[in-house]
Amino acid sequence: METFAIDVRDVTKKFGGRTVVNHIAMQVRPGEIYGFLGPNGSGKTTFLRMLCGLLKADAGSGHCLGLDFRSESAEIKKRVGYMTQKFSFYEDLTIEENLDFIARLYAMPQRPAAVEKSLERLGMTERRRQLAGTLSGGWKQRLALAACLIHEPQLLLLDEPTAGVDPKARRDFWDEIHQLAAGGLTVLITTHYMDEASRCHRLAYIAYGNLLASGTVDEVVKAGGLTTWEVAGANLAALADKIRGLPGVEQVVAFGTTLHVSGRDAEKLHASVAPFMTAAHRWTKIEAGLEDVFISLMETAKDNFT
Amino acid sequence: MKRHAFNFQRFLAIVLKEFIQMRRDRVTFGMMIGIPMIQLILFGFAINSNPKHLPTAVYAADNSTFSRTIVWGLRNSSYFDLTREAHSAAEIQHWLAEGTVQFAVTVPVDFSRKLLRGEKPELLLEADATDPSAVGFAQAAVSTLATTVINRDLTGPLARLQASAPPFNLIAHQHYNPESISQYNIVPGLIGVMLTMTMIIITGLAITRERERGTMENLLSTPVHPGEVIIGKIVPYIMVGYVQVALVLLAAKFLFNVPMLGSVPLLVLLVLLFIVANLAVGITFSTIAKNQLQAVQMAFFFFLPSLLLSGYMFPFRGMPGWAQDLGECLPLTHFLRIVRGILLKGNGLAECAPDLWPIALFVTVMLFIGVKRYRQTLD
Repeated sequence: METFAIDVRDVTKKFGGRTVVNHIAMQVRPGEIYGFLGPNGSGKTTFLRMLCGLLKADAGSGHCLGLDFRSESAEIKKRVGYMTQKFSFYEDLTIEENLDFIARLYAMPQRPAAVEKSLERLGMTERRRQLAGTLSGGWKQRLALAACLIHEPQLLLLDEPTAGVDPKARRDFWDEIHQLAAGGLTVLITTHYMDEASRCHRLAYIAYGNLLASGTVDEVVKAGGLTTWEVAGANLAALADKIRGLPGVEQVVAFGTTLHVSGRDAEKLHASVAPFMTAAHRWTKIEAGLEDVFISLMETAKDNFT
Repeated sequence: MKRHAFNFQRFLAIVLKEFIQMRRDRVTFGMMIGIPMIQLILFGFAINSNPKHLPTAVYAADNSTFSRTIVWGLRNSSYFDLTREAHSAAEIQHWLAEGTVQFAVTVPVDFSRKLLRGEKPELLLEADATDPSAVGFAQAAVSTLATTVINRDLTGPLARLQASAPPFNLIAHQHYNPESISQYNIVPGLIGVMLTMTMIIITGLAITRERERGTMENLLSTPVHPGEVIIGKIVPYIMVGYVQVALVLLAAKFLFNVPMLGSVPLLVLLVLLFIVANLAVGITFSTIAKNQLQAVQMAFFFFLPSLLLSGYMFPFRGMPGWAQDLGECLPLTHFLRIVRGILLKGNGLAECAPDLWPIALFVTVMLFIGVKRYRQTLD
């Protein structure tokens, strides 16, 4: 039997009668980067918080790092690094003081050495006495990551770690995550960025508390069963208005100078758009993108659950 | 079980962090030292429950030796400053209404004639008694005028009119503060008032600030336990409390010459319990309040009854029974008795004991609520 870093089933959380996380199951292998996607308010943060014991699950069972995720959260906390969505270290403490504080909370045996190592990895040895509140967004994010890693956790939970961070810092961040995963660390990361989603080993898509799809990028795309036409040519906006709402046409999205027209029922879609396949536009059948699939999933989810 | 053990490392982490934050937050730090100093100077020098030199008007309709003697007598008692001389009764009413004088003495037209005839004339003392405590002592001073001043003029054949001595002698001993110096009462009490105010507000902010800034989420995701957080946050402020106590005690000794009959080390020891009581209130409030503003509002909600019902501002025994019962629930009430007892009466531990256990009980209840309310999850 395969051992999973995270192996949970039927995880459910309700806030005042509203189901925020609805019977979600998740299996993450050790050393895997697992992307967790979904619209705002879909329950991603709540799910992460339940995994690290910040919230109590109303139902569900399973293990996290071999420990019962509902009853042994105190032990799980020691082995998990959780990076919150909002910067949540002390802005009135210096970089070094923040790291030292966290190292003390985890009662690390070689604390000064661990802090030193962390500062070096951050490249902040020179700026150790700078107040965390004066750091830029990118540096705050790096500090937060360093602080989450200081106690050498086995599982890293990252809640939208790259929101508001510039592309260069984002790329560096992902390089680091891949390095860490190569070293055996399991990473569960939530994001809204499609380029980030495609850098994950596996994905899960959640909307309105329900798990809609999971697997590798290819698997998710295939499971979406979407047929997509790319349209190029003049007056795309006018064309979009005409075909939007036709039977079988589920999405009409502008991508720069092209238009993506997709639907799950390939025949119906083709029947609807065939009259518009004139010389004015060039129609090409393409592989559906992750974003097309997710938007389609979200639309369907809305119909089913609201 | 191992995971419920109190970990000294984690506790120390919280203590050190609180100290660093305290040092960086100049305004709060200034408040912790500034508030006691300002209160000390304001309350210590300004509050006087035995007011003297009150502005007084005289309307002497009867210009005689006797009326002059009375005026002279009033002037000599330190309670009255004769600021105005009226020429009609209406003027007196006007000044009282305006508030330009606190007292008005009217010597009626036929005062000396009636006096000589033995008809017991009336001497009218009118007071602006909107604030009753301002007139009490002064009124008492006037009643002694009759026996002390007038008798001197009633000599020879008039001696029969002299006020006779009462059939018994009343001997009154004012123990512990014979000169009724307000500061002896106010300044030691200030230790309690000041600790109540600053300790509750500061610790009230301590946990709500973590929640407001989002750092609570981070703290909860680490293995730290509620007990470690709460005690770790209390300890630094105990030290701050002691700095405040030291400031007031020094001022009491050298600025206000408050007698210190009892053991100061005993007071320093017992003050710990009171500090912990207030910190426990603050911590408990901060686990209930949603943000820092609410925490401050709750602190004031607790502070006002403490100030008014504890016997600091008004005599405790002057309050109706239910108010006294309410006052007995407040730690400040008991602490005031302890501090005044030790400093002014020279009380020892045995005399303080009846006021110690109520504070201890209060601490136990508050800490219990605080630890229960501290949410280890974000639910």
